[in-house]
Parts: sequence; C-alpha cells; structure tokens
Amino acid sequence: MSDMNQQMTTRYKNNFLKEIEQQAEMGDWVKMCMQCGVCSGSCPTNFHPGWAHPPQEIFMMIRAGKRDEVLDSQSMWMCTSCYNCYVRCPRKLPITHIMHGIAEYAYRLGRAPKGQPTLHLSKTFWNNCTKSGRTNEVQLTQTLYFKDGIVSGIKKALVMQDVAIGLVKAGRLNIMEALGGGHKCKGAKGIHAMLAKARELENQRKGRAA
Amino acid sequence: MAKKEYAFYPGCSSQKGASASNYLVSVESMCKTLDIKMTEIPDWNCCAASISYAEAGNLPRHVLNARNFALAADNLPGQDIVATCAACWLGARESKERLEHSSVLLEDTNTALKEAGLNIKVIPEIKHMVEVLIEDLGYSELASHVKKPLAGMKIAGYVGCQTNRPFGIHGESFENPMYLDKLIETVGAEPTPYDQKVTCCGGALAFSEPEKAQAQIKDIIESAYDSGADMVVTPCPLCQANVEVYQGQINKRYGTKFNIPVLYYSQLMVVAYGGSAKDAGLNGQVIRARKLEDLAGK
Amino acid sequence: MAEMKTAAYICKGCELGVRLDAAALVKVATKDGKMNLVREHDFLCSADGVAMIRNDIDNEAVNHVAICACSRRAKTEAFNFPTVAISRGNLREGVIWIRPDTDEARETTQEMAEDYVRMACAEVKAMKVPEGNPNTGTSKTLLVVGGGMSGMTAALESAKAGYKVVLIEKTGALGGMAAKLWRRIPNREPFKAPMDNGVADLVAQIDADANIKVYLNAVIAKTAGAPGRFKVDVAVESGPTVTEDIGAIIQATGFTPYDMAKLPNLGAGQANVVDQLGLESLARAANGGPIKRADGKEVKSVVFVQCAGQRDATKEHLEYCSGHCCATSVKQAMYFKDANPDVDTVVLYTDLRMPGNNEDFYRAAQNKGVIFSKGAVANVSASGNGCTVKFKDLILNEETSTDADLVVLATGMVPTTGPDLDQLNETNRLAEGGDATAKEQVVQMMSKSVLNLDYRQGPDVPQFKHGFNDSHFICFPYETRRTAIYAAGPVRRPMDIAQAQEDATGAAMKAIQAMENAGLGRAAHPRSGDLSFPTARLEGCTQCKRCTVECPFGAIDEDEKRFPLFNESRCRRCGTCMGACPVRVISFENYSVNTVGAQIKAVDIPDEFSEKPRVLILACENDAYPALDMAGMNRNAYDPFVRVIPVRCLGSVNTIWITDALNSGYDGVMLMGCKHGEQYQCHFVKGSELGRYRMSKIYDTLKGMNLEEDRLMDLEVAITDIETLPKKINDYAARIVEMGMSPFKGL
Repeated sequence: MSDMNQQMTTRYKNNFLKEIEQQAEMGDWVKMCMQCGVCSGSCPTNFHPGWAHPPQEIFMMIRAGKRDEVLDSQSMWMCTSCYNCYVRCPRKLPITHIMHGIAEYAYRLGRAPKGQPTLHLSKTFWNNCTKSGRTNEVQLTQTLYFKDGIVSGIKKALVMQDVAIGLVKAGRLNIMEALGGGHKCKGAKGIHAMLAKARELENQRKGRAA
Repeated sequence: MAKKEYAFYPGCSSQKGASASNYLVSVESMCKTLDIKMTEIPDWNCCAASISYAEAGNLPRHVLNARNFALAADNLPGQDIVATCAACWLGARESKERLEHSSVLLEDTNTALKEAGLNIKVIPEIKHMVEVLIEDLGYSELASHVKKPLAGMKIAGYVGCQTNRPFGIHGESFENPMYLDKLIETVGAEPTPYDQKVTCCGGALAFSEPEKAQAQIKDIIESAYDSGADMVVTPCPLCQANVEVYQGQINKRYGTKFNIPVLYYSQLMVVAYGGSAKDAGLNGQVIRARKLEDLAGK
Repeated sequence: MAEMKTAAYICKGCELGVRLDAAALVKVATKDGKMNLVREHDFLCSADGVAMIRNDIDNEAVNHVAICACSRRAKTEAFNFPTVAISRGNLREGVIWIRPDTDEARETTQEMAEDYVRMACAEVKAMKVPEGNPNTGTSKTLLVVGGGMSGMTAALESAKAGYKVVLIEKTGALGGMAAKLWRRIPNREPFKAPMDNGVADLVAQIDADANIKVYLNAVIAKTAGAPGRFKVDVAVESGPTVTEDIGAIIQATGFTPYDMAKLPNLGAGQANVVDQLGLESLARAANGGPIKRADGKEVKSVVFVQCAGQRDATKEHLEYCSGHCCATSVKQAMYFKDANPDVDTVVLYTDLRMPGNNEDFYRAAQNKGVIFSKGAVANVSASGNGCTVKFKDLILNEETSTDADLVVLATGMVPTTGPDLDQLNETNRLAEGGDATAKEQVVQMMSKSVLNLDYRQGPDVPQFKHGFNDSHFICFPYETRRTAIYAAGPVRRPMDIAQAQEDATGAAMKAIQAMENAGLGRAAHPRSGDLSFPTARLEGCTQCKRCTVECPFGAIDEDEKRFPLFNESRCRRCGTCMGACPVRVISFENYSVNTVGAQIKAVDIPDEFSEKPRVLILACENDAYPALDMAGMNRNAYDPFVRVIPVRCLGSVNTIWITDALNSGYDGVMLMGCKHGEQYQCHFVKGSELGRYRMSKIYDTLKGMNLEEDRLMDLEVAITDIETLPKKINDYAARIVEMGMSPFKGL
C-alpha cells in the first residue's frame, strides 16, 4: 500500500463516501444514485461474463463503506467509455466519468489490480501522446505488446501480424514512426511544462502529496 | 454563399500514414467539392482520448485540450473548431463544457497554460465534421453535388458511441440516430435496417480486453450482414479501425467468414461527387470496397 | 291522470331510411305496436323533427313516446321531453351499424329493426312518467366529522362554496394528526425542504368563517334520516346533546399509527426505538436544534426502517403500503441533516415510493447526504448506548448490520372507520341468540362507531379492503355505500396531507351535489338527476326482507309492521331491490318487471325450422350497453339474432325475465354486467355481485326445464370491450346453433 493510501485512510476515517466525493472525478454524484440498475443493464461489457460489481453495485458499496472491495475491484476498468449508462441514467449521473474517476483514484492510491491491462493501456497512451504532443501509433502498439517481456511481445505481434500487414499495405501504418520519425508538436516542451503544472495544481486541490 | 471557414483539428489518427489517413484524404476532397475551407490549427496536440483517464487525471486532460482552444482562438479567431475524429470532438467538447462550467477549473487551466505561454479567454465552438455537413450546409446542399449516385448499394450506417453519446448530433436520439442513414440516402444509396447502429465497438479496450471487444465487434458485423448490407459506414476512426481490421481475427476465433468493407461517410460522398478512388482514399482500405472502386473508376 | 296516448316515430336519417324499409317499420309500430300515432321523419333529431314530436305532445295529447332512431345514449338533448314517458328503439347503433350492408344481410337486419320497434312500443306502454321523490329534505348544511387536515379542508371548501358547515372534532382542538407534526412533506416548489404543517393557518380560517360551526370534544350520538334531512345528535363532553339538521356528511376521521408494540423484532419497547410520530415529538421538542433522545443524548446517527409492519406478506401485520411513510422518513432525515449535516442518517427500504413531486424531495435529501440503502430489516436490538439494525443488503445480496443512536420505525396507517358491519352483524346474530360474550363484543364494537347511523344495515359506512371505507378509486372516489355520506382523507385509503386535502375538496363537491339533488327529489351518482324511485305494492309483500338486506346503499329500513320502508333520498335507483323481490312487488315508474317483460314478449320468435334463433341480451347500461354502442360506432358487426335490452344493473335483473324468455322460445340469454369482487367495476358496488348470485340459482330451473346450462350465459363486460364483445356474442350465437333450437318455441 502506498503512503497516499495511508494518508487518505487516516483523513477520511470510515467515511468512504466522503472520500470518493472529494477525491474521485464526479464522485459527488455517487449519493444521487437511486439504484434503478439501468446503468448495469446498459453496459456493453457487463455481460458474458459481467462485471464483478456493475456501476449500481459500486455506488451501493461506496455508500456502505466497502473501501477495499471497491478500490481493489477490476470492475471499473471494464469501462469502454461508450457513454451508454451516462445518457440513460434517469438521475443524470455522469456514470462513465464516475467509473473513470474511481479507477483513477484507485490507481493513485496504488490499489488498482496488479497488471491491469486497461490501466497499462491508459498509462502507455498518455505517456505516448504527451511525449511529443501527438500519438505515435507504432510505438504505442509496440509498448503494449512488449509490456510482459520480449517473448510474449513477439507472440502477440505474430498473432497481430496480419492486422499490421493489412494496415501497412493500406498505407495506414507508418514504419518510420518506430524509428522515432512521425508527427510531433513543435511546442512539446511547453506541453510538458503545462502538464507538470496541471498535475501539481490537481494534487493541491485534492490535498494530495505531490 | 460565402465560403465556410473552420479551424481544422484533424487528430492523430488522421495524419499522413496513420490509421485513419484515408479519412483525411477523403475529407479533403469532400471539402474541396463543398467549398469548405479548413485551416489546420497550428501545432495542435493530441486530445488524450478517453482512455488516458487513469494516468492523466482530470486537470491535465483539460489543459491539453485547452491548449488547442488557445491556439485556435489566437491564430484563427472567430472560426469554429472542426474535428473529424469522434474522440477528439468528444474530448474537446467535454473540456469546453467543464471549463465553462467551473471558474476554478478555468483558473487552474490558465495557470497551467501559462507554462506554455498561452491563455484562453473565449473557447471556440467545437463541431464534428458531420455537424458542419448537416447543420451548416444541410442535406439538400450535400445532395446538389451528387454526380454519381451510389445506386443499388446497401449500406449499414454504424454510428457507434462517441459521435452519438453523450453529446450527439443536435436533434438526434441516442437510441436511434438517423443522420447517418440520411447521409447514405443523400448519396443515393440505401440504408439498411441496422439494429447494432449504436453498439460500442469496444473502443480502446480492443487493445486491453481483446476478447470482450471482439465479441462486440462480431455482433456489429453480423448484424450488418443480416441487414443485407454490402458495406458498413461510420463517422468514427476507432469504430472504422476496430470493425475493419479485426475481421480476420474474429473469423479465426468464431469460425465466421466476415469480409465486409468499412468506410467513412466522407469516402461515400467523394465517390458520389465524382471523385476518383484515390481522392476517396479507397486505397486505404484493408478490406477493399470493390463496388465503390468500380463506381469511382467508371 | 290523463288517458294514455301513444306515438311512435321512425327516423330515416343517418342512412336508416336507406338500410331499412321504413314503411314496414311504420306498419309494425301500428299493427304490432298498436300505437295511436305513427310518424316517420327524414331527420328526427333536427329542429323540424323535434318540433313534430313537441307538437304531438302539446296538441295531440301524446304522453307516451317511442322514438325509433338511435341509441338512448345519443341525442338526449334533442329528445328531451320531461313531461312524457319515452322509450328508445335503437335502430342505428343497435342494428344498421352492427350489420353489414349486403343483400344477404338485408332480411335479418330488417327483422332486427322491426323487433326493436315492437320492443320500444311495448316498453313505453308499460312506463309511467316519473314524478319525483315527494319525500325530500331541504337541509343544505354539511356535516364534517373529524377536525384534522381533511376535515378542516372539507369544511373550508364547502363554506367557500356558500354552504353552512357543522364540524365535529372529538378532541379538544382542531388539527388532528398534522398538528403533531414538526413539519410536513412539501407540497409546492421547490419540494426541497420540510414545510410548516399548515394547521394554524387552517384553524384561523375556520375561526374567522361564520359559515362553520365547530364542536370540540364532541362525538355523534345518532344519525337518523336521509340525505337532505339527516337529524344528527351531537354529544358534547360535559354539555347537552344538540340536534343538527344536516343535508350531507363527510367522514374525515383519519387514522392512527399501527401499534409498534406489535413489532417486537423491530425493537418495540426499546428506549431508543420510536415510530414516526414519536420522532415528530422529539423534533418538536428540539425546536430546530439538534434532536435528542428521550434520555437526553443528542442523536448522532439514526436509521429509518421503512415498511415496519407494513406490506406484510405473512398477513400478520398490515398488508398494504401506507403511501406517505417513505416521504415522511425523508422529511425526518432532513430534520437531522438540517440541524447538523454530520449526523449519519440512513434510510433502509425495500422500495422507495416517492410519487409525484416527492421525487424532487428525495433528490434533495440525497443532496443533503441522507444515505438510502435497499435492505430488508430482520431485527433491531439494543446494543451499547444505542441499537444494532440487522438487515439484508438487497443490492449486494448479503446479511449485514449497522449501529445507530436512534431507530425510527415507519409503521403504517390504520383507518378510523368504526366497526366492520359484517363482523358486527354476525356478532349481533350471536348476541341475539343469547351469547353473553357476543353481547359484550357488540357493546364494545358499537362504542367505536363514528356515525351511529340509525340504519337497518348498521351504524357506519361499510368497509372495503383492509378496513378502509369503500370507494372505487378510479370511477367514483369519495363515494361510500351510504348516499350523501362521503369519505375523505386517510379513512378512505392511506395518503399524505397533500392528497388528503385534495380528497377533502373532492368529497366536499360531491356532498354539495348530493344535498342539492336530494332537495330536488333526484338521485345521486350514478343515475344523477333520475326522478324515478322504487315503490312497493305492500299488499303483495311477504316480508321476506331480501330487499332490505340486499340494497347496496342501506336505503330500505323496516316499518313497525316489518314491511320495507323506502328512504327514497338514500336510494341510487339501481333496482337491486326489484331484482331481489321474489313476488315482484317492487317497481319504478319507468323501469319495472313489466317494462322489461313486455319487451321480451314483444320480440317475434320464428319457429324452430326457420334457422333463426333468438338470443336475449340483458346489458348493464353503465358499461355493457355503451360498449355495444361503441362497437356499433366502430362498425364491429355481430350476430343478427340477438335482441338487446338495457338494464340499470345486473342487480336489477329479476329471474322471472329469464325463465319467461326461455319458456317463450328464446334459444339463449346473455347477461352482461360489470366485474364484481375486490376489483369491482359495478357502479352500484354490490349490484352485479348480487345479480350474479341470484342467477347462479337459475341453473336448477334450467335443469327442471330440461334445458342445457349454456342457454344462460353470464358475461363480465367492461366499457372498453369494444372489439372483444362482438366476438363473444358471435361465439355464443355459434354455441346456440351447436346446441340446436329451443324446444319451447311456439308452445
């Protein structure tokens, strides 16, 4: 467990709802859920098999103070950002963002499940796109394949070979990007500076140690 | 009619050599025909897409989008920002909405932007290319340029998620938006009754949870075949890529024989407007759209 | 009375003249109908047609009119001749609109029309012009029983409409249950916070209103008489009994909370468990500050247990939902949050029911931080300096528990309706048989009476479900089975203050209408305005008491000689007494055993080789007959061999009509009446039930006549059965063909 986890446990004592309200993006909406379950029924990934805890349940668990079960859950990480729950919620809860917010918070606390693939993708994507200001699709793909080591990476690359070849043939996969070519922002330096500042401000606002 | 001018936000996938480069090619030819002037926002950056939520957090994501707002407002004053990619459009609109809603967030954003020498005062309107077509131009204007109607072609209009939810196109329902069907009709083709119109393709989870995503993609393709479609058309680069490029893998996994072309609305329009296969970016298809190529070649 | 002069009018409008042979109809009215005067007209309901009839009445002394045109439900304003007896032959909705316009159908369609002409002529000759109830009362003072929110509202609304009101309250102050509340559930925008209970304002308005006379510490010793002329004895504590002349009564006697002592598993008897009313008194004591328990400890955590002893499937406790308790708990949770946002407030519910704008109230509570958990509470026990609530979390599907300083039980409403009449009658019967315990019970039960009605059928208004006062929630709320006595507020069904006030206003309007009708000698709902009333040929009466027992409205008492004594103002004119009478001595001037019997006899019955069966349909005028008319309007065709006679209620159907019909060669009889039982649709509440009970006895008669049971068909019909009813008629007609013709033809 991280220091931040310890810090937040102490700060919020047993009030997990309050913790989520203040720490997770859009967390202050959790109390407004009326438990109808439309979100759970609208989620494309909540089927065969379903989430361990669909959104409706996660909201209930937060109110019931089940901190460990929520933060350690794989569930929120199954969100595809399709916004189906979001537009259907009769109470207008921004459920997609709440799921993201809880997942992000769990990650900050060091509570996200080990090796969570969507978390890995999220990290990789953000680092990739903020490095030069624009996404480098080839490097992104490579990083994703090789996250579990070279052997596993080559296997995955082989599985995906036909996909890649198809894209190269169609002119939609730029091999140059692998060699550090490709598109970049001229203001990459400024981007790095502003994002560092943004991170700092966000931590301040949420009372988190930087 | 005065020439329409917009601040163009093509997005990472629509760059040369990237996964949606064919989208960009077709949009450029389409805009030429429709006399729309698109000026790229100088040095625009990535929107970070939805998937970066865990690493990015809240403020950094909005700051990243805010940089584009500032660049557009400074360099192309008075012009609406137009995105072709669903994720770029959604990310930008979301940031605009949040920044306009919260003075604290706006203040923090400007503090961060200062590090890049920028500042936002007014956030431009943010439109999807489709909104430019149907709201600023209108279906009849779009139809007036048709030279080669796509007669006899049956097309499943796959709207997907992020051009549809949570913002969507004005006046459309979330459950059954009609604009893509109307665009298909506008170019002289026949929209098929397609029940997976707004189903999620799995989005970024095609990478991290391929089994779940491919199960969804399978339903999307199957239903297109069931509706009698010759091809699928979509307004979103990720929908296009996910539905097109995984067909081989899905065939292996499920024993299906999928081989259906997946195109952008702009490609249909370019062909209908008399453009060549190259103008329409048809050479950028992993699964070739032979019917369209034949029509374009005539 | 002047000599009877009859006239029949055959209309040729609305295509009647095209589809039917009008000349033949004229001949039928003259020859078979034996009418003194027969006329045809191209457009009978036009000014010219109406003037023709008017002229015959004024100048030709016509006083019995058979109008053979459209349904009796159509053109009632045009064909309104109040001084003469009128019958209507339904040739349009009942004949040409339900028959196809084809060559094959022409003959049977014409035969149908001719029968309806014969029936209209026969009926009108058996009718008299109703003269109105001579035994009217003229009191226009309204009595309101109960001085709570419902009663005060009813009193004020009636006074505002210009009527005098007597308001009786058994305690020493107005306000009832609402006065015990610290705040009430909001009833206006923005529905976000509890509101002042509103009692003081209503009391001030009543004090200032010269039309309202208030009796405090008072009960009703006796209610005698009938609508428009009630004599009500008001017994005031330590004072003389006063008799008031009353026109109509509103019973707004409210409720008491379900006794929480019956809920030991939920913590009854524990110091830190209260019911909702108990919490109200803690809140009133706190006066807006932090709420303290009885022991003086400030409450830092509170759990609300919804449905405590309510919606109980085991039937040990209340089976029903009391409607207000969810919103009340939300309101009470706000008491805590508004005084101190740090108090933990948890509402445990299985279904949170927040109808209407209460949804906004619910949202406001969520915004204030009230936690709502879907959970079924198993047990509340004392622990430490508070309680432990064990419950099953229904979302997470697990047994769990939570601790609280205070637990509030949402117990339900028990209506204050007085004794249950069925139970009372049964106990009375035992008491009269000499049972000493039963005698005591009768005294005990009578002590709970609210109205002390001097009616043969018992001292209070009959109850319906779960002890609440009878009414039909859609078609006729506020109505009870005692004419001009209306129920309003939680005595009628469970409800909150806002609903009770709306209820009270509605009941006041109904009561005013009933008083006015009574004064004019007219019926109240549903035959509002009807001037006919039942009379009995007492010389033929066998004193069997069926009429007095069966009258759904307690209208008939017994005189000293044990003959039935009709209180016309209490009567709703359903005719249940007429249907019940085994010696057929009860009748109305315009509706009697004869008016229907004559129609049955008037129908031409072809011989058994004709392949033209005849089916008699006795259709309730409230639902079945309109449904048939609407089937006609929709051109939904049905069998041409049926002959329909509208009846006031299935309860008015005398078995003689059925046996006579079958004896005279009809091949089948269909009865069409409203649904009865718990979900009844009968406009006279019990009429269709009593009618059906009576009909069930006929099957023995059928057996005696060697007739198949299917010769009599009892059909439950709703007004919406426009599509299905023709199909059911056709199915029955097919069944008749299957059985073959009646052997009684031509006998």
